[in-house]
Amino acid sequence: MSVSAAPAIGSALLGTREKRLTMKARVTVTLKSGVLDPQGKAIEGALRSLGVDGVASVRQGKVFDIELEGGDKARAEAALKEAADKLLANTVIENYRIEVMG
Amino acid sequence: MKSAVIVFPGINRERDMARTLKLVSGQAPAMLWHADTELPAGTDLVVIPGGFSYGDYLRCGAIAARSPIMNAVRDFAAKGGLVLGVCNGFQIICEAGLLPGVLMRNQNLRFICRDVYLRVERSDTAFTRGYNAGQVIRVPVAHGEGNYIADSETIAKLEGEGRVLFRYSSPDGLIDPNWNHNGAINGIAGILNGRGNVLGMMPHPENHVETAMGCTEGRGLFAGLAEHLGRAA
Repeated sequence: MSVSAAPAIGSALLGTREKRLTMKARVTVTLKSGVLDPQGKAIEGALRSLGVDGVASVRQGKVFDIELEGGDKARAEAALKEAADKLLANTVIENYRIEVMG
Repeated sequence: MKSAVIVFPGINRERDMARTLKLVSGQAPAMLWHADTELPAGTDLVVIPGGFSYGDYLRCGAIAARSPIMNAVRDFAAKGGLVLGVCNGFQIICEAGLLPGVLMRNQNLRFICRDVYLRVERSDTAFTRGYNAGQVIRVPVAHGEGNYIADSETIAKLEGEGRVLFRYSSPDGLIDPNWNHNGAINGIAGILNGRGNVLGMMPHPENHVETAMGCTEGRGLFAGLAEHLGRAA
């Protein structure tokens, strides 16, 4: 019985994998130039006090690693743009960059 | 005055606000949950209180601003209904697009919890009619992100149209960097929308309304609103 059940489970798993094709993407949100970044400034100061040489300036941002369903790259980019505009970034002070890694 | 207080997960000043609204107007506000989709019929003031909605995840107020009840609040404001956002409420209504600009991390990176002095810039609005223009009031602040910024065009517009209602000041009403606790542009503590029916402010006037609190200088805001709505009705 266990011998006959094994292939059935295998094909079921394969079926799930075929249906759930995903792509990996990254949205990077950064402060617009000219917007003061007190957190970046504090990190800059801490690096200086740690003796890390050659740091001219630090700006802090955010990274979102997002998994998308389906394999359509154009559609994924459109969805990510919508996500960034509607929620991930506040475009008054932030810029964003979208990368779909496939 | 038929008011409604919106409660988001993580908000913690809703009871202070409800107590003050009842104290000043005699009528307890309706308490609405973020997942509600409608305001009670006849609501004439919506208040978004302070706290830490959604733990300040992503950006302060960002997630709350996109919750279901905010569509009803937006419609209400578009019809001229009065909306007051205090502290996290100010951050939420900025994120919701009801007011311009953003509240950034305080310039000194510290959470600031203390009484501050505010200069009331105008008395001819629904929110400030209980004060005189130029009057200085003492009210508490409690925030880590109250550093108001907007692009220079927006700031020029706010200033030009007299939409800055409260500014951090000295006890004598001087606008001075030493009294600007969080680094906000032009010492901005509270702003009005173009139509004059939406106010966002970082300080907590609801916490200075009874003698037992040690100061009653926040009361004028609520008394003014009650008077305004009493006359309108």
